[in-house]
Amino acid sequence: MSAILQGAGAGAAAALSPFNSIDSNKVVAPSRSSLSVRCKRYIVAGSDDGTNQSFGSSSLVARRSQPLMIPNAVSTTKADTAASSTSSKSGHELLLFEALQEGLEEEMDRDPHVCVMGEDVGHYGGSYKVTKGLADKFGDLRVLDTPICENAFTGMGIGAAMTGLRPVIEGMNMGFLLLAFNQISNNCGMLHYTSGGQFTIPVVIRGPGGVGRQLGAEHSQRLESYFQSIPGIQMVACSTPYNAKGLMKAAIRSENPVILFEHVLLYNLKESIPDEEYICNLEEAEMVRPGEHITILTYSRMRYHVMQAAKTLVNKGYDPEVIDIRSLKPFDLHTIGNSVKKTHRVLIVEECMRTGGIGASLTAAINENFHDYLDAPVMCLSSQDVPTPYAGTLEEWTVVQPAQIVTAVEQLCQ
Amino acid sequence: MALSRLSSRSNGIARPFSAAFNRFISTDTTPITIETSLPFTAHLCDPPSRSVESSSQELLDFFRTMALMRRMEIAADSLYKAKLIRGFCHLYDGQEAVAIGMEAAITKKDAIITAYRDHCIFLGRGGSLHEVFSELMGRQAGCSKGKGGSMHFYKKDSSFYGGHGIVGAQVPLGCGVAFAQKYNKEEAVTFALYGDGAANQGQLFEALNISALWDLPAILVCENNHYGMGTAEWRAAKSPSYYKRGDYVPGLKVDGMDAFAVKQACKFAKDHALEKGPIILEMDTYRYHGHSMSDPGSTYRTRDEISGVRQERDPIERIKKLVLSHDLATEKELKDMEKEIRKEVDDAIAKAKDCPMPEPSELFTNVYVKGFGTESFGPDRKEVKAALP
Repeated sequence: MSAILQGAGAGAAAALSPFNSIDSNKVVAPSRSSLSVRCKRYIVAGSDDGTNQSFGSSSLVARRSQPLMIPNAVSTTKADTAASSTSSKSGHELLLFEALQEGLEEEMDRDPHVCVMGEDVGHYGGSYKVTKGLADKFGDLRVLDTPICENAFTGMGIGAAMTGLRPVIEGMNMGFLLLAFNQISNNCGMLHYTSGGQFTIPVVIRGPGGVGRQLGAEHSQRLESYFQSIPGIQMVACSTPYNAKGLMKAAIRSENPVILFEHVLLYNLKESIPDEEYICNLEEAEMVRPGEHITILTYSRMRYHVMQAAKTLVNKGYDPEVIDIRSLKPFDLHTIGNSVKKTHRVLIVEECMRTGGIGASLTAAINENFHDYLDAPVMCLSSQDVPTPYAGTLEEWTVVQPAQIVTAVEQLCQ
Repeated sequence: MALSRLSSRSNGIARPFSAAFNRFISTDTTPITIETSLPFTAHLCDPPSRSVESSSQELLDFFRTMALMRRMEIAADSLYKAKLIRGFCHLYDGQEAVAIGMEAAITKKDAIITAYRDHCIFLGRGGSLHEVFSELMGRQAGCSKGKGGSMHFYKKDSSFYGGHGIVGAQVPLGCGVAFAQKYNKEEAVTFALYGDGAANQGQLFEALNISALWDLPAILVCENNHYGMGTAEWRAAKSPSYYKRGDYVPGLKVDGMDAFAVKQACKFAKDHALEKGPIILEMDTYRYHGHSMSDPGSTYRTRDEISGVRQERDPIERIKKLVLSHDLATEKELKDMEKEIRKEVDDAIAKAKDCPMPEPSELFTNVYVKGFGTESFGPDRKEVKAALP
């Protein structure tokens, strides 16, 4: 299993690692095409006065050799050669859940205010092993096993955050957080505003969601669409061990409440990540594969379906640009916009439901902002508006398949 | 208790020994012992004694602050009817003893969190009248910059965590604050207040379970004013003994119209919580107004009931009688004090009326924390701000 390498410059070729936890009839062959994985890791000073008004996990954004400040950075293939070249020659390989654990552990070491609460996170080690070993290391007061009461322990995490603690609240499955919706919406998102800025709520709410493993309708929820309207929160979705660790760290350090969406099927992805400390910017999208013909926007597990489809598309002569949007709220319209301006065609591939999902909002945002640059209507492929069935074949067809992505691209590029 | 001596506010009561002396607010801290009106009822613990240590200074302070709170709420009533306060306005008059007694027993390091009937508790925590009225009228100088409103008063520096609109949601928050206090080894406690209506919320029991399990210094205080908006407690709760509802958690039932009983109970609760974990206090209190200004308060209870409570159990009257019977001030002095308070409140209202409304740009501030947070970006990475007409 090859690892994702951070290529530098145009000549680097990297390979996408096949993940081994997907359904056996969906083995992804190792891709040998030239995919340069480019993760933006720089401090981007957004506003016009040039001061370090860095947002997201600004000053903590990755150091290769030294931090680079590029005002109004545009995702190009040239500007980042120097910094990214030293990348992960010295790295270590791990699985995605281990990357999350590493990020969490590093942050808990660094700041005594960080604590973890959730069901079975302590002695059991976490239902997906993300918090394994942490209870032994940090003790019961910092890694708290809660009873089964999402509403109350989410509320407690938020109350603790009001005083300055930084809890990481785990929903054993994202779907369970629906029970805590009131706390997340009213208290987590809005307290900073309704108190006139007196209280900040630096919580991280994380958990696995998504369709896979035939878990049935109630355990295959995608909550990003329900939470996206809540003002005051940020939402990010991780998809690789590299960005999982980076986003976890950035989320913990952020003063805003962040909801980190993980995916049940991605926990066993293996990748080599750098030894030195790094962070991913919370509001930035990741350029997975630059291209010229069409922009494909995706996140979380669908990234892999898209990359699989991209392989087929390349063989057919298309050159898709694949962007993992990562930041679900707010959208990184800068990266997306630059891409749209280049390719003039957009396809959104997501695992959310069609109605009121992330894709629906993204379509609206793109149409509003980049209407003049579009040569074709924005197409959005989402999951079917049905409860996820148990039967394997039916479950497969609720989500978007690579074949559908190929067809959609062909249709858009006519 | 020599309460029977003075039962009316009639003028011209001859005060023996004191007519010649013109005493104002005494800064005397001579200890006075006061008996609470009713004994405490306890569940799984030993009730504290009925004798409360106090001082003349404290008695007069109680009177003054409660009169201030009462006046503030009545003024808010008129402001609401004059449409200067909009939305929901939940008034606390009748329940002042709970706010006052609690403050007297604790420090500013101990945290209080309550629901939407928070004006007086905010005042007790050190908030100013100006901040209260400005916030109620939605002005810039309000404690939440005019963006919270009646239900969202907060004061971080005095550990007052608000101010919450959703019934019962503040109790898990309060237990979270208690958790943080334990985590940081602060030797402080958190009082999470809720009403008899909220006592039926599931999240309360969830939070209580966790607090008891982890020994958190959380004190859950049920301000039982016997009505959950329009529903009387006997129609909403199978077991109206809210202090017993903790089951394995000890509880204490307190006469919430007696500020000294409240003070004694809160002191007792604080000591208990620091050592042994959570405890429930039930304050038997009453509100004269309806649930909020939109509720006349008379469709589900009789006017006789309201005036009966006002006559027999009014907390300010009780303190007044104590003050008079201990010769700490004369009728006239107390009346002057009330006049002063009235003027203070009127001044604060006038000052608040002069205060400007928030700037339009305030619509977008404090959604995220600046510096580490983000605003929604437009394609050129500048902040997206809608231009208001």
